[in-house]
Amino acid sequence: MEALNYPFSNSEIIANKRKLKKQLLAENGDYLEKRIAILGGSTTNEVKNILELFLLNEGIQPVFYESEYNHFYEDAMFDVPELAAFHPDIIYIFTTNRNIGRYPSISDSAEQVNALLDEQYNKFRSLWEHIREKYGCPVIQNNFEMPLYRLLGNRDCYDIRGAVRFVHDLNSKLYDYAQENDWLNVCDINYISADYGLKEWQNPKYWYMYKMPMPMDAVPDLAYNVCRIIKSIFGKNKKGIALDLDNTLWGGVIGEDGVSGIEIGNENAEAEAYLDFQRYLKKLQGIGVILCINSKNDYDNAISGLNHPDSVLREDDFIEIRANWDNKDENHRSIAKAIGILPESILFIDDNPVERDIVKNGIEGVAAPDIGSVDHYIQVIDRLGAFEKVSVSEDDTNRNQMYLENKKREQQRKGFTNYSDYLRSLEMEAEIVPFDAFYYGRISQLSNKSNQYNLTAKRYTKEEIQAVSENPDCITLQGRLADKFGDNGIVSLIIGKVEGSVCSIDLWVMSCRVLKREMEFAMMDSLAGMCKGRGIATIRGVYLPTKKNAIAMEHYGRMGFEKTYEDSTETIWELQIADYQKKNSVIKIKGL
Amino acid sequence: MLIEEIYEKLTEIFRENFDDDTIVLSPATTAEDIEDWDSLEQINLIAGIENKFAVTFDIKETLTLQNVGEMAKLILSKLQAHRK
Repeated sequence: MEALNYPFSNSEIIANKRKLKKQLLAENGDYLEKRIAILGGSTTNEVKNILELFLLNEGIQPVFYESEYNHFYEDAMFDVPELAAFHPDIIYIFTTNRNIGRYPSISDSAEQVNALLDEQYNKFRSLWEHIREKYGCPVIQNNFEMPLYRLLGNRDCYDIRGAVRFVHDLNSKLYDYAQENDWLNVCDINYISADYGLKEWQNPKYWYMYKMPMPMDAVPDLAYNVCRIIKSIFGKNKKGIALDLDNTLWGGVIGEDGVSGIEIGNENAEAEAYLDFQRYLKKLQGIGVILCINSKNDYDNAISGLNHPDSVLREDDFIEIRANWDNKDENHRSIAKAIGILPESILFIDDNPVERDIVKNGIEGVAAPDIGSVDHYIQVIDRLGAFEKVSVSEDDTNRNQMYLENKKREQQRKGFTNYSDYLRSLEMEAEIVPFDAFYYGRISQLSNKSNQYNLTAKRYTKEEIQAVSENPDCITLQGRLADKFGDNGIVSLIIGKVEGSVCSIDLWVMSCRVLKREMEFAMMDSLAGMCKGRGIATIRGVYLPTKKNAIAMEHYGRMGFEKTYEDSTETIWELQIADYQKKNSVIKIKGL
Repeated sequence: MLIEEIYEKLTEIFRENFDDDTIVLSPATTAEDIEDWDSLEQINLIAGIENKFAVTFDIKETLTLQNVGEMAKLILSKLQAHRK
């Protein structure tokens, strides 16, 4: 919804929150329900209300638990029954520097300050660890924002008795812990408050009157930042960017100005701004963001621009290039289709508001932010938070490479008239084994990100993946697929629950980057083999249709299952293992 | 700005905030008269009023307001003080 898309107006959101909520719920999308416990060290009601709007806008319908005012510690440590019964998917500890119990005083010795630091830190640490043990869900913890005043003036930031230094040191301890423990996500209110303007953020009137640690008008900034973390945990990040060229990647119009006429490089202020923007995009690519081009240009002109000596981005940095005179919404769709992801997974960046509208109106759910002028492009895309990283996997850093390999496969395919011959020519090798603890993060990411080839659309956090892996009544399989062009990494997952002689499949997903490679047959063979080994007679599968997974509708039929039940919300399928015939003939299997 | 215009703008803010187009304000209107107007909504209302009229209320002013009439008068006096 436009009012909630970045860049948004804080005051408009606050004034219209009821209406916005009503409209979002009326849209009646495919909401993913998530249970979020907010344990607050101050008033959290408005944080909750505005967070709800942003989450709904991302397709997540939150159910909230809110601690009593300033009971964040008691609620979690002493296991109030309401919280235990709530079964949170996420716990958000909303604390601020108002919740630091005691600061050093000027007469404290270095030992005393250190002891105080440990005391304050350990209070939080014991809280996280208790939550971890009791609830096993991801935790979001605010860091501490800068204090209201500096008693020692500038000295406050380096003297160990200064409050600024104390907050800084406490934050450092928090970061060290978070770095080692992936389930702890820091919400950086220290940055957000600075970004908003610390003087305004620290307006103490709101604390005295309402016990709010920030003004009402700052709440949307905070809530949006929390929403970024939550949507990333549940796999709702964007995967790529489709970029315009003229006045987006460089200044000027290449069709008129020619290669030597466009602005990119160090010649002047404008050229420098475009250069920096390209450097930023290159960095995004480094964390796994796919780059594509969607431009109204002659193809040859577009390529000549990318060959400009000062251009940071080169032709082969882009997975798909559409430089033509077609409508940009059509191009956007065709880019998504070629990569095998959904159009709304790609951010559209164009300086031209008319083109942005065409793409936004032409394709539901595509973000096409108003990026302003070139000196603001980086800030807008950064604050938009489409690529928020709650974890960094090896796959992220290699993603671009993988898509480039896919393009080579596609070229190879064109040389074959018989599809099976093509598949054999790829010399595929799969490793299919039970979930390996080393990959829990990637497994969770895959379960969250796969929307299309996903039979049940169930989502698993890293903690839940660990739980099923350690449960003797569960069968788990992860499949990695490599071929002569490269390694795709882990691309398919199965989770089955065993009851007696029946194994019911709770999760079966496959990454769309390996569609039509018969990897699903290889997974099926391994599953059947594993079930057989455990004396299981029947495998039961269910298909739960969503807006996005029609591609998997006939999956179980293709695997040789019989349909045993059908209504509009599900189809149920069964396979008797005794009759099972191996299906894969093109992939060599390692493991099992 | 005349006191009538202030009421008009206030009505708009209240209607928007409570998403209820039937709200009619009088000088005697208090939190008792509007169902969802509780202490938490008060934060939103004050923030909205401060935004729309470009004024700020200090703690004492906010605490002593008894009804919409006093609110309107306070806004008027602040706007007049601005002009001086």
